[in-house]
Amino acid sequence: MSPDSPELADGSAALRSAYVHIPFCERVCPYCDFTVVAGRDDLYDRYLEAVIAEIDAEMPWGPLDSVFVGGGTPSKFGADRLNTIVTSLRDRFAIAAGAEISLEANPEDWTLETALELRAGGFNRVSFGAQSFEPEVLAYLGRIHGPDDIAAAVESARSGGFESVNLDLIFGSPCERDWRGTVMAALDLSPDHLSAYALTVERGTPLSRAVAAGAPAPDADDQAAKWELASSLAEAAGLVRYEVSNFARPGHHCRYNLGVWAQGEYLGFGVGAHGFRNGVRRRNVRRVEAYLERVGRGVGPVQGTEDITGWAAEQERLMLGLRLAAGVSRGHGGRRLLETPSGKRLLEAGVLIDGERLSVARPLLTDVVARAVLDLGAPEDWLSVSHPER
Amino acid sequence: MSPPEKQVIPQSRIRNFSIIAHIDHGKSTLADRLLERTGALSARDMREQVLDTMDIERERGITIKAQAVRLTYRAADGQDYLLNLIDTPGHVDFSYEVSRSLAACEGALLLADAAQGVQAQTLANAYMAVEAGLDVIPALNKIDLPGAEPDRVAGELVNILGGSEGDVVRISAKTGQGVDALLERIVAEVPAPIGDPDAPLRALVFDSHYDSYRGVVCYVRIVDGRLSTGQKIRFMATAEQHDANEVGVLTPVAVPVAGLGPGEVGYLITGVKEIDRIKVGDTVTSFVNQAQEALPGYSEPRPMVYSGLFPSEGDDFERVREALDKLRLNDASLVFEPETSRALGFGFRCGFLGLLHMEIVRERLEREYDLDLVTTAPSVAYVVTLLDGTEREIRSPQDLPDPGELAEIREPYVRAMIITPTEYIGTIMELVTSRRGDLANMTYLGPERVEMDCLVPLGEIVFDFFDVLKSRTRGYASLDYELNSYRVSKLVKVDILLNGVSVDAFSAIVHHEKAFNYGSSMVSRLKTLIPRQLFDVPIQAAIGSRVIARETVKAKRKDVLAKCYGGDITRKRKLLERQKEGKKRMKMVGSVEVPQEAFVAALRVDD
Repeated sequence: MSPDSPELADGSAALRSAYVHIPFCERVCPYCDFTVVAGRDDLYDRYLEAVIAEIDAEMPWGPLDSVFVGGGTPSKFGADRLNTIVTSLRDRFAIAAGAEISLEANPEDWTLETALELRAGGFNRVSFGAQSFEPEVLAYLGRIHGPDDIAAAVESARSGGFESVNLDLIFGSPCERDWRGTVMAALDLSPDHLSAYALTVERGTPLSRAVAAGAPAPDADDQAAKWELASSLAEAAGLVRYEVSNFARPGHHCRYNLGVWAQGEYLGFGVGAHGFRNGVRRRNVRRVEAYLERVGRGVGPVQGTEDITGWAAEQERLMLGLRLAAGVSRGHGGRRLLETPSGKRLLEAGVLIDGERLSVARPLLTDVVARAVLDLGAPEDWLSVSHPER
Repeated sequence: MSPPEKQVIPQSRIRNFSIIAHIDHGKSTLADRLLERTGALSARDMREQVLDTMDIERERGITIKAQAVRLTYRAADGQDYLLNLIDTPGHVDFSYEVSRSLAACEGALLLADAAQGVQAQTLANAYMAVEAGLDVIPALNKIDLPGAEPDRVAGELVNILGGSEGDVVRISAKTGQGVDALLERIVAEVPAPIGDPDAPLRALVFDSHYDSYRGVVCYVRIVDGRLSTGQKIRFMATAEQHDANEVGVLTPVAVPVAGLGPGEVGYLITGVKEIDRIKVGDTVTSFVNQAQEALPGYSEPRPMVYSGLFPSEGDDFERVREALDKLRLNDASLVFEPETSRALGFGFRCGFLGLLHMEIVRERLEREYDLDLVTTAPSVAYVVTLLDGTEREIRSPQDLPDPGELAEIREPYVRAMIITPTEYIGTIMELVTSRRGDLANMTYLGPERVEMDCLVPLGEIVFDFFDVLKSRTRGYASLDYELNSYRVSKLVKVDILLNGVSVDAFSAIVHHEKAFNYGSSMVSRLKTLIPRQLFDVPIQAAIGSRVIARETVKAKRKDVLAKCYGGDITRKRKLLERQKEGKKRMKMVGSVEVPQEAFVAALRVDD
């Protein structure tokens, strides 16, 4: 099925997923604001033990349609540990036949042996943090690998039997000279999936401090042009854009992520991980020591929960669904949006399309629409009406 | 509280006086010293600059509101004298309030800083006092400062007022040096008030303020007759009749008294709550025994500068009206009428005495009434003659008729009096000429100081003339101005259009030679202030249908966060909520979102 089909998007709401976070990195990239830690390889075994304990303490659910092991750098954690996690998940929840089992990997850690081992453990999708094929850009981004490592990693993944290979790219670094070259080099490797992200200056990162001190910042117009270039090159290579930053060949969309965007349910394990079930989003503590300590003590790593029900859920349904090329069914929120002056302006400006479904025609302006959605007040009769479309 | 004993000090020992001084020349400090010397304040009540009651006055170090304080002073002759000190504002914008204060006095102290010398306002106010028939006592302040040049400045005072240098009292308000001598001079030289105690009551309302508990408080100077508590009174101009619920004096604490006689100064509370019903400048008379003739009125305050005040939030309109109504009670020179702007919604066209006055009103509205306002470009009042011969006053660029209907436009010119060290004559000439002004006359006040008399269009002064003058002369030049005449000028209206829609708030009437500069600077300034929209936004400056400048704000191309995964949703939603808050302060102009700050920033003038 084409990754951008509405049926696929809506169907993904029923998926059950698990996310596992592996925070360890060789070093921390200057732009990264994820939950990561460098230089604590000594904690691997304790961390594995804690994740398994957290999995075992979770209420029975499942079977899982997708598993995503993200980071950090999961590939650094070692294939046997990653496989152990999959086994634990399978034991606790069962994993559906044909489920997507995905991990993130850095090209420099990846060998044919790794690929074979992980494949044997059940992994069938790998996402490489390729980022760029320009050495200067890789150095600017703090990456360890070179362009050749990417090709080698993709090659070993294929030989090792991985069914789906993704490449992550980051565009818009101020020193970037040849984005077209990077995209072409990536497409030459025939990935099944491509994620192209605009470099973002996140608060609290070394990059944001450097920019505050006068280092050049990414330019939004430059990034817009690069996004457009990447889109047209990817589409020409048979990759269909199905989300703001994501492209896939038919059948190779990331099920885990599509599930999240469709408001499907997922469990989150590991430090800083988020889960979403029964209208409650919960998040784990962000510090590794705190995580280990809490799980060790048997109190559980959940730091906070948030109810996403009622009107807030409707707003999130639109906020997430409008990131998709398939758009989202109009629903109460969409109809309300179309009645507001800002909704009308978005229609007039051709940003928002009110067709079969509601969708964003200019994906780079999605957040303008998202802000308008978050600005919507609940209708007075919201609590008393039924919500068949949900 | 029972009224104190009937006043025992006879009319012949009353002295009513004001202090005329430039900003920072020490008037408030001297007032404090006088209060202290005459025992009007206990040490506990004493705080610096007691007469400046409003926060803004304290912060800016200037006096806005005239007030009257009664002091009892035992002079060297062993007799007790009643001194009424009437405070006056010191800034060029407030000459109207100065004139009202002076009308309640028989004498004035002309206070000059011994280091800085006579400044233009001091001079203008001194002339006003002389014209009002007051006896003026020259005094030098800050003689204890290292940079003081008492002999030179005394020479300047003599050049202005006549007399000899020996007549100039030398004091330090800070240390108290010379203050006793000054008190003696007041007693000796300020004439006692003449007024007939047996004639029908005539009292001048020279100021007023609104008290939320007591209603309108009038400050009055009795000229003839007697004003007693409980008396039925009549305001002659408004023909309103009331009871004098309370009559009292300020020591500076308000103290009720049984009554006030000729020459006395105090306050009057009638219980009137409606702020429009009492007119400053009116004459109070007795209802049963009415005076035939009102006292010579004050000149009606004449606004020099007009500007639109609009609430940032449209629904605050009524609150702005209430606040303006209350401010006007304390500030008779503030005039306003409702105005509708396509860009800014409902607001008020306000007339001010000058730019400082405008800024103070805006600040008081925002501070005391917690309002958030957008102020449009200041404009002066033009007089236009239409082809059919009718004349019309134009206070807002919006009201200027089509060029096709106009026979001529006249604009107000002021006589600007600039006092400066001679080394800046060239610089000032340049400034005056660049503002379409001419030098009319030049008088040397001393070997190194000169008074330059210039004729300059008011419209060129109201923006930033004073600031530029100050910066080009390192603060040494001072300025005062008065309306001189209306003259025909080649003026045009420059409109600013956003995406084809004229933004009335940015329209201005300017001299035709300056239209291009105004247009292109406004357009390029707006380009930096208007955020990118979903489409290209042309910004144009136009005279009628002729576009004289143009810029384009290119459409926004990217406004999206690259990633939004399971762990990002809450964080992303919060980020979007924050960005949304920023959007709240946007005004829609046609289909263009304009941030509130853009109006303010675009109208701020820099040289």
